[in-house]
Amino acid sequence: MSKERLSEDQASPGSPADAPGQAEVTSANGSGRGGRAGGGRSGRRTLTEGQRSERRLALLLCAPAALVMIAVTGWPIIYSIWLSLQRYDLRFPADQEFVGLANYVEVLTSSYWWTSFGVTLLITVVSVAIELVLGMALALIMHRTIVGRGLVRTSALVPYGIVTVVAAFSWRYAWTPDTGYLANLFAPGSAPLTDQASALAIITLAEVWKTTPFMALLLMAGLALVPDDLLKAASMDGAGPWQRFIKVMVPVMKPAILVALLFRTLDAFRIFDNIYVLTSGAQDTSSVSILANTNLIQALNLGIGSTMSVLIFLSVALIAFVFVKLFGTAAPGSDTEGRR
Amino acid sequence: MSDIVLDRVTKRYPDGALAVQEVNIEIADGEFIILVGPSGCGKSTTLNMIAGLEDITSGELRIDGTVVNDRAPKDRDIAMVFQSYALYPHLSVRENMAFPLRLAKLDTATIDRKVSEAARILDLTQHLDRRPSNLSGGQRQRVAMGRAIVRNPKAFLMDEPLSNLDAKLRVQMRTSVSRLQKQLGTTTVYVTHDQTEAMTLGDRVVVMRGGVVQQIGAPQHLYEHPANLFVAGFIGSPAMNFVPAAVADGRLSTALGDIRLTDRLRRAMERADAPREVILGIRPEHFEDASLVDERVRAEGDVFTGLVDVVESMGSDKYVYYALDEKARSAELEELAADSGSSDVPASEGQLVTRLSAVSPVREGDHHEVWFDLGKVQLFDPATGRNLTLEP
Repeated sequence: MSKERLSEDQASPGSPADAPGQAEVTSANGSGRGGRAGGGRSGRRTLTEGQRSERRLALLLCAPAALVMIAVTGWPIIYSIWLSLQRYDLRFPADQEFVGLANYVEVLTSSYWWTSFGVTLLITVVSVAIELVLGMALALIMHRTIVGRGLVRTSALVPYGIVTVVAAFSWRYAWTPDTGYLANLFAPGSAPLTDQASALAIITLAEVWKTTPFMALLLMAGLALVPDDLLKAASMDGAGPWQRFIKVMVPVMKPAILVALLFRTLDAFRIFDNIYVLTSGAQDTSSVSILANTNLIQALNLGIGSTMSVLIFLSVALIAFVFVKLFGTAAPGSDTEGRR
Repeated sequence: MSDIVLDRVTKRYPDGALAVQEVNIEIADGEFIILVGPSGCGKSTTLNMIAGLEDITSGELRIDGTVVNDRAPKDRDIAMVFQSYALYPHLSVRENMAFPLRLAKLDTATIDRKVSEAARILDLTQHLDRRPSNLSGGQRQRVAMGRAIVRNPKAFLMDEPLSNLDAKLRVQMRTSVSRLQKQLGTTTVYVTHDQTEAMTLGDRVVVMRGGVVQQIGAPQHLYEHPANLFVAGFIGSPAMNFVPAAVADGRLSTALGDIRLTDRLRRAMERADAPREVILGIRPEHFEDASLVDERVRAEGDVFTGLVDVVESMGSDKYVYYALDEKARSAELEELAADSGSSDVPASEGQLVTRLSAVSPVREGDHHEVWFDLGKVQLFDPATGRNLTLEP
């Protein structure tokens, strides 16, 4: 209801065009009070003394948080970019030297990198796709449950509450030949974790089992955004359950679906713990994160390892960019959805 | 277009709560019928049962003679307009209106033709490509109506379709809803809690209270011959005045003074085997400034003199409020008061509202004499709420 009112206000002629300018003024003042001052164009010039001091206060209040952010995230990123431009192997510290983009050439021409990249992409796409379907089903169940709601929701969320490494170990034991119950059940006499295809399938399974609840949780929040009246109207208009789902529910909750997909894709692309525990990256099952870890921590090659880290960072940034710009996913915390 | 029959339709929720009890309504083809009552009276539940959005616990619902109790909403060929409009936010106005047609798998040319036609009727043609979020409340309401009429359904169901509009627009839309219904001639069931809408729109009005139908009839009939206290108090604005009255020595002793029992009242009371304590009801417009009533008419009524509390001049007439010592009490009146919120206002204790001619010289603080028409006085049984003066 309040959302409707909000958009009703925007419906006055010309207001969509004004909206960005207003937003600018609002953010510049740190409060909505200056909204009518000069319509935004000359807003910066005509700030009153009070507004200027308010703005100064806003900057001061934001400063500590900004400084902490720079210290804990900005600096490591810059430092690893710096490292990625050096030949820097801790086994041969004397050979440290600035080599420009040579490390990038080295990594991007390596078959190890591209194998890992392919494996990571495969796991990401397959696991996120399965999670979306299962998560949606789970969300619908949790949303519709009337009896024992708390119990259903709690039990659905249990996998998400278990530490990934612990869960990964239990999967590993389950698939270990002879002692593991799943290995005995589905693949007696073989070692599924030692074959690339089956190992990847198990890794994906572990990943899906672990994170579907998270997906379901985000999707359930989206389901709550679909008004009951809309579904009733659709059934009056002649839509069956499946049509209601595809034609009304999914489009209306699309922002929530996109946010859930964004989060999960970013997470899945950085997959590490499950692979680390299940196969340690053997039989070409290593993800880019595993590969970076191998080079950086195990081989102590800071230059190559950092290069890989930077490449992973760029890939993740690219994924986020694609989601936000191309699919129009609302960045968390923003209210731009719907203005497109 | 078709007739709808509710035959002893009952809704009982799993927790045992009885929402609607044995409702019998026969809605004729093309009729505009209003379900009205305070919140929680079961009117929306009844509508949802007709729509198929709620199961019918017992009883039969027939559309065109066919029992449709177990049919899904989409198989009943009924369109519904919701209070929230329930427009699909991701679709344009055109797509919203085309939605039911598309589901019915009509070809594109037919869909285009029907949507344009509906848009023309509702004056939405220039908004067809906009999203609902860019429309005003009144335009959204019209889109919701459009989505209902494109399909040419057997019936329209409307669930308080105007209550999200502001007062002025509501009056405008009320007229256009009425005109549209006349124009299309489609059977319409309309739910509202607003008695003005009920009075102005419907061919017939169904007044409900606590899941039970109180009275069904034409608006004027309900107004003039309410079956009980509840209907009498619910229909009409300002509401009917109720004062306690006791029968003694062939006279009615009331807070309005002693009133002589006319033949009509005496006969009615004998016929109904009335108790000695009754509630007297009289509408504000059946009062008139005593100085403006000529002698001949004066004899048909009685006069009451009281201290004028408040005068509200409406331009066309004056609402004059008198304070009374006593207040009529009954369960139905308390429910009405609770519904209108007036139970929270202590000043509403024992008040008489009269509607006098604008030329009346009455002033606040005066002791003023008003005449009232004894022919319009109604008597109610305080225990059952039954109207004792109703002609059989």
